[in-house]
Amino acid sequence: MGVTPDTALLDDLIKRRLDELLPQKLAELREKKTPAMTIIATKGTLDWAYPPFILASTAAALGWNVSVFFTFYGLILLRKDISDLKISPLGNPGMPMKMPFGPDWFRSINWNIPNAVQGIVPGFESLATALMKQTIRSKGVAGVTELRDLCVEGGVNLIGCQMTVDLFGFTHADFIPEVKEYCGAATFLPMARDADVSLFI
Amino acid sequence: MTTVVLDTKGLNCPLPILKAKKALLGIPAGGLLEIHATDPGSVKDFEAFCRATRNELVTSSQDGNVFKFVIKRGN
Repeated sequence: MGVTPDTALLDDLIKRRLDELLPQKLAELREKKTPAMTIIATKGTLDWAYPPFILASTAAALGWNVSVFFTFYGLILLRKDISDLKISPLGNPGMPMKMPFGPDWFRSINWNIPNAVQGIVPGFESLATALMKQTIRSKGVAGVTELRDLCVEGGVNLIGCQMTVDLFGFTHADFIPEVKEYCGAATFLPMARDADVSLFI
Repeated sequence: MTTVVLDTKGLNCPLPILKAKKALLGIPAGGLLEIHATDPGSVKDFEAFCRATRNELVTSSQDGNVFKFVIKRGN
């Protein structure tokens, strides 16, 4: 069927009505849809544990559907006990090295300790971790275990990467029972496709 | 109707929001929740939280270094 004067008129009319009605319809649909977020958590240090747990718990509080896929070193954030997570100042020039005690002038000093020294002093990481934990407590920032509990309470879907479980020789019993699903990239990607926000951390 | 008061003073992002969300679950629709916070980021965060969750931010005020928010629970 070719374009006749009648169909051309109709097409023109439909096009104009669509332009008028579509933005409103799209806004309505957007308003009705529950937002979804997927996060890939790949790091297992104290500092990097924060972004996925903060974003996931907050999104859940906003009423979003949230799934977090824990893979590689990120998988250890699902272990039963994560109170021993460490932070390393080594090779991390962005990390301020400040003391969480003493008078203000002392606290404000940024201790510039060369990597070479950090690398050979035994227990340097443990010291930095202890200082960081004290800073976290004194600033009223939540502990990672507390944030993870809040994620669970908020209904965040915690997913373990099965390949990483095998790779590092873990069993499912090593992880909190709230992890309902262990899967791979093929299961995660379709979730990410349907999400409004997808983050790699 | 009584207003439930939630003290989040000394807590930092995102704890005031998360605790408020939890407290709102225990309040009937139309009920009021008053939150006290010292986190300066909470001012914008509570505005955004209320917009996203269809709860009404009735008042947002500051008393010294304490921020006070009154939220009316939506349906």
